[in-house]
Amino acid sequence: MALVFDRTKGLTDKIFHYCPGCTHGIIHRLVGEVLEELDVLGDTIGVAPVGCSVFAYDYFNCDMHEAAHGRAPAVATGIKRVRPDNVVFTYQGDGDLASIGTAEIVHAAHRGEKITTIFVNNAIYGMTGGQMAPTTLIGQKATTSPYGRTKEHSGMPLKVSEMLSTIDGAVFVERVSVHNAANIRKAKKAIKKAFEVQLKGEGFGIVEVLSTCPTNWGMTPVEGLKWLEENMLPYYPLGNFRTPQEVE
Amino acid sequence: MAKVLMKGNEAIGAAAIKAGCKYFFGYPITPQNELPEFMSRELPKVDGCFVQAESEVAAINMVYGAAGAGVRVMTSSSSPGIALKQEGISYIAGAELPCVIVNIVRGGPGLGGIQPAQSDYYQATRGGGNGDYRHVVYAPATIQETVDLVMESFDVADQYRIPVMVIGDGMIGQMMEPVEFNEPKRRELPSKEWATDGTKGEREPNIINSLFIDPEELEVHVNERLEKKHAIITEKEVRFESYNVEDADVVCVAYGTTSRIVKNAIAKCEEEGLKVGLIRPITLWPFPDKAFEAITDKTKGILTVEMSTGQMIDDVKIAMNGRKPVYFHGRTGGMIPNPDDIVAEIKKIVGGEK
Repeated sequence: MALVFDRTKGLTDKIFHYCPGCTHGIIHRLVGEVLEELDVLGDTIGVAPVGCSVFAYDYFNCDMHEAAHGRAPAVATGIKRVRPDNVVFTYQGDGDLASIGTAEIVHAAHRGEKITTIFVNNAIYGMTGGQMAPTTLIGQKATTSPYGRTKEHSGMPLKVSEMLSTIDGAVFVERVSVHNAANIRKAKKAIKKAFEVQLKGEGFGIVEVLSTCPTNWGMTPVEGLKWLEENMLPYYPLGNFRTPQEVE
Repeated sequence: MAKVLMKGNEAIGAAAIKAGCKYFFGYPITPQNELPEFMSRELPKVDGCFVQAESEVAAINMVYGAAGAGVRVMTSSSSPGIALKQEGISYIAGAELPCVIVNIVRGGPGLGGIQPAQSDYYQATRGGGNGDYRHVVYAPATIQETVDLVMESFDVADQYRIPVMVIGDGMIGQMMEPVEFNEPKRRELPSKEWATDGTKGEREPNIINSLFIDPEELEVHVNERLEKKHAIITEKEVRFESYNVEDADVVCVAYGTTSRIVKNAIAKCEEEGLKVGLIRPITLWPFPDKAFEAITDKTKGILTVEMSTGQMIDDVKIAMNGRKPVYFHGRTGGMIPNPDDIVAEIKKIVGGEK
């Protein structure tokens, strides 16, 4: 029988702790597949965040470094400056990157650190139980916005890709989604480009991946995918914000 | 090697580079700025790398990353900046990584002032970071000793996989003294096979981590790894200077530049026929409890002198365990103790006025 699909060597055999329907698993797989296809697993050092993907260090089949909340880009900076020939990436959620870690991500981009960031935006704090994030949508209920987020109280949701694309050092910025097969394929392409940008030494690259959190959104996995499509896509438009010419 | 006249902050940088440190991540804050400035100038010449981070928090996390990648790395700051670094120091200690942190202390609390102080003894020895951790703290009294200890700090950090802090007050950073650079005594240093330098497909992935979600595992990590290591360091790495402690009328305790002022006060007392001893802790952690065993019944009291409102005195009291009264004299806020005031305090203890 012909083998049509196999588990990527980019992931370990450890069983994910993620909730049913959570799209972290898909995003992990895409990153693992890209690292394998680029044949850089043996050169790669990943930096794990604090949040739902805190155990990412057990899942990626390469050297890993667990950072404090929001500090992954600083940790990655330290690693990359010491080991410029290695591939260094951070994997961060929206609480980690868009809230407590805004200084670290902005300045890693600003310095043009030659690292790749996978930014998983599911518009909520998952691991701590569903609190409001800077990315939570207007009207969206969370455990710390029980009446729904309002602009007057909490401002408008933060558009990280748009913000970072104003920074010269951020040479690759793209927002993708994993709510259906077609978009998963596009997401993988973007992730691969982001790593290629690093391999070419161009500068900082980030892929924002819109993701679901059925558990804390209070939905079934299918409802979650539909909610992402209907609510997140209009506010967080997909697309490439910056690409260096060489990898276009 | 001939002695050279160097400012403390620059001498620290030169010592670090001589010890093989090629990576420095820092943030500007007075009175330690000459150190990152020196490193930004000198590290490119040795194929090293200096990065001015966006914050103290980022700087210590860059150190965390670099230390994990297996190199000798340093950061420096002053009191309020060290407060910001405490998160990272806790992670580095938890993940058992070696690094050297220089703290040129200024007055506090809050923004405080920029003059020399010793009001961060608690911060250095108790730690502002979370959890059951310790790190070595060296408190040099001269620029020469600073240089020697900075060089040795990298070895100690590597030997025990632990952060080492070198703490000096603003005077250590700003003062110029003649120094020479001597190799520290050779230590057996373990190889860094735990470092994140890429598996090359030849080994299992290395993971740098301080998370142990299972409480049983975390207790084992803290007790079996960290606490055992702390006990060995306490046994082997305590360092202090002791002068005329046995049968002294009064024994003074002081560290860093304050100890030099106390030595002047002791000389004045000796001219008047008083026998005054000095214990000068060189390691603040581990604290030299054993130095206090030499104090005899003849001694009337202990005088702790600090540029603070009294922080090290807690450790002095623990070491004395109630055997003799422990008194305190200190100035704070960047004010410096005066030898005559210290002499007056010593005489009060001798005369039974205290």
